[in-house]
Amino acid sequence: MPLSWILLVIFAIAAAGFWFGTSRVLKSVDQNVRALHSLPSYYGGNVSMWVLVPSLGVLAFWSLAQPLFIESRIAYLLEERMSNQGVTLGLMMTEVRRVADGLDSAVTENVMTTEEARSMRVELTDIRNRLAEVGVALGANVTAPIVHAAQQYHQLSATGNMFKSITVIALALAGLGYALLRTTKDFRARNAVERGILAILLFAAMIAIMTTVGILFSLIFNTLEFFKIYSIANFFFGLEWAPSFSGRGGSSSLSVIPLLWGTFYISIIALIVAVPVGIFSAIYLSEYATPKVRAFAKPLLEILAGIPTIVYGLFALLTVGPMLVTVFGDNTVGWMSGGTAVITAGLVMGIMLIPFVSSLSDDIINAVPQSLRDGSYGLGATQSETIRQVVLPAALPGIVGAILLAASRAIGETMIVVLGAGAAARLSLNPFDAMTTVTAKIVSQLTGDSDFASPEALVAFALGTTLFVLTLALNVLALYIVRRYREQYE
Amino acid sequence: MTDANFTDKDIPNPRSLTKTERRTKRRKAAEKRFRAYGLTAILAGLTFLVILVYSIILNGLPAFQRTVVSIEFTLSAEQFKEAEAALLKTRVYSNYFITSFTDTVNGLGLSSEISSDSIDRIVGKIGGTLRKFYRNNQDKVGQPITFDLPASSLVERYFKETFSRESISESNRFIRAEDLDLVDALADAGIIRQEFNWLFITGVDTGVDNPGGAGIGAAVLGSFMMMTVVLILSLPVGVAASIYLEEFAPKNWFTDFIEINISNLAAVPSIVFGILGLAVFIQFMHFPQSAPLVGGMVLTLMTLPTIIISTRASLKAVPPSIRDAALAVGASKMQAVFHHVLPLAMPGILTGTIIGLAQALGETAPLLLIGMVGFVARYPETILGGFEGPNSALPAQIFNWASRSDAVFVEKAWGGIIILLIFLLSMNIVAVLLRRRFERRW
Repeated sequence: MPLSWILLVIFAIAAAGFWFGTSRVLKSVDQNVRALHSLPSYYGGNVSMWVLVPSLGVLAFWSLAQPLFIESRIAYLLEERMSNQGVTLGLMMTEVRRVADGLDSAVTENVMTTEEARSMRVELTDIRNRLAEVGVALGANVTAPIVHAAQQYHQLSATGNMFKSITVIALALAGLGYALLRTTKDFRARNAVERGILAILLFAAMIAIMTTVGILFSLIFNTLEFFKIYSIANFFFGLEWAPSFSGRGGSSSLSVIPLLWGTFYISIIALIVAVPVGIFSAIYLSEYATPKVRAFAKPLLEILAGIPTIVYGLFALLTVGPMLVTVFGDNTVGWMSGGTAVITAGLVMGIMLIPFVSSLSDDIINAVPQSLRDGSYGLGATQSETIRQVVLPAALPGIVGAILLAASRAIGETMIVVLGAGAAARLSLNPFDAMTTVTAKIVSQLTGDSDFASPEALVAFALGTTLFVLTLALNVLALYIVRRYREQYE
Repeated sequence: MTDANFTDKDIPNPRSLTKTERRTKRRKAAEKRFRAYGLTAILAGLTFLVILVYSIILNGLPAFQRTVVSIEFTLSAEQFKEAEAALLKTRVYSNYFITSFTDTVNGLGLSSEISSDSIDRIVGKIGGTLRKFYRNNQDKVGQPITFDLPASSLVERYFKETFSRESISESNRFIRAEDLDLVDALADAGIIRQEFNWLFITGVDTGVDNPGGAGIGAAVLGSFMMMTVVLILSLPVGVAASIYLEEFAPKNWFTDFIEINISNLAAVPSIVFGILGLAVFIQFMHFPQSAPLVGGMVLTLMTLPTIIISTRASLKAVPPSIRDAALAVGASKMQAVFHHVLPLAMPGILTGTIIGLAQALGETAPLLLIGMVGFVARYPETILGGFEGPNSALPAQIFNWASRSDAVFVEKAWGGIIILLIFLLSMNIVAVLLRRRFERRW
């Protein structure tokens, strides 16, 4: 039974349960609602909850666990049958899964009978032709053991799916029965339902924790995998980034230093653009601008923050890059040979960061109490002296926090550097050179065709970990500075 | 101290009330300079915005125009049979068309004899369109029909003035200078004209050899599906999490831990969410690659913190007196929240959700990692299957076009950006209107 049908059945049972629960409890008091502990709909809701929660939970868990279980069995089988023919287990498993999916769709489209799909004796060529009918082309590397493994896979998952449907629907019915039995007029249905809702709310709040855990696991496991086949020292202290393109590895130098250098260089240029412009805009907007100017300029500046980064990327690649080449290119001073360079990406990223710096600083400057300014004016200071000597020092921790947040944004920015900074990893001081960054390489290593188990692909996870740790550290530092050095007024 | 023995000699610099002092002048100048810095910074920011918008519009508008060759053409029944029997069917169709076109043009007596090679260079890839038309409408064979067929990429660019006569070299096999004379003449005769490019809005991606026919419709649909997934998942989960944290959570280390997680997730770079999607959803759970369902799930995780933060703010804005009043007439805490606080906070929650969705719509990096940059040149066949099948998304399609070499694709990428920004702008306007319409001061 396909998933959508199971879901439909469960929801139908739940709807029926709601009706049964409500009518049962009403009947027990002869429609006299006032004799009940809770409103009638709570009794129905309680029954629905008992139907939905256990069965959906088991369904989700089973759907996730079954493929893992089957795969470990199949992997065991494959390893026994073909010991090392130069193909990694991962690649073989991908093939097995594909063939098994093909068998599934062949059965649903009636190209094959269930029996045929399961039997081991069917000739390979026959399977190949039949699967081609449903649009699954088998490559030349699909050998008999793989097809047999796929048949096993298909059979196991068909059996598993059948048991899954039976278990889940039985569980839904059991929940229905149990809850209906408890539905009497004295049952505190509202309290039960509210406890259930509270548990659901708590579960929703815990998704944030699960996301963090998911991020950590996906980064850490694959990073450890990478360090098993590539030395840590070379990754952190090597000076060269030169992945081999064969995808089979062996000769790649994968060092993070050139990428980190590119990342920092671009971020620094971005901050050089964004920090002065951002802070001075914030000062002007909060201290000098009339309400009219403020109402007009502030939202306009904030548009810059709402524009998607792909737009900035294209802007860097197609507008700013060529413009810089006409200014600094071979025709004039000859500093710049191509449009993609550190300075291109840095400038555009700086533009993107202006509103981050300015609106955060603006809030912080506005939070400095007016009495401080008035005190300073009272001593005869001009407005700019007040700002420089009273307001800015008071707002400094917040402004530093804002700059650190902008820096973390710059380090994690992807599309602008993918499109604007170039692809060559190099350690150079020249801002007109093309360089590349951690994020750009994560994209290029993971969007290629290389095998997921190769060091060239796994290195992306190590880069991701580096990036995650860096941005997290900057964010934590920013928060710490803001909390630790914030002036407490009042 | 009295003023009696206080003379000018005692102060180092004698002061005058009427003449400004040098120091005061300096301080006033510093004040003016400081003000000017601020103004310059604002103007610089606004200038960047203007340049950005200007270059988007300038480069993107041409994508909404296309150059078509519109001419009458008759395919005889024998030609139809012959073409269907040939090996390279589309080539035969376009040869018939080009021959007929050449005859028509020569019949007009525009200029000297025109070779069919020129015509071949002027029209784009047309065989496929012709074949499809005649196969679907076999009764039209033998009747004269006026076709609007795309001109070739270089003619297109010639009309949009991104390609000039001077840049044609002798060895250019795609176009010659005399072809452009012919194009001018045909344009005067009304055979080649420009029209609004509906194909760009409704069409699908095309191969690298046919940039003129590429459209963004399928990618818009893919993005729309992804946003549906994000909305369905993130609104209930985000609201539930915020209600828990704002209304029910006890003050303890666990609640603090959840809050720290949420604020950290808000600052995690988007590409890390892509890595999460790749490792957990695709490698571990074996969800299909390039599917809007997976893309939507990744974007949901990414937008949840934004939605939770704004939802909590709008829950907090509902005054406690509302809750107290509900509790006082006998509502349970849950009833007070769901019947009274939540409806009052709803406009704020929706505004925050729309802004979160707008953020998710423009996000590209995570989509690259879960494989949504593939070449998808068709619409999904069924609605539900579309969520699982490979599909493109608006920003990913733009990225894809930007990395191709043909200038017409680059123009399409800018055009795609205009469409993307129109969507973002309208979402933000809806959010602002919602806020204005339902804003309540307590």
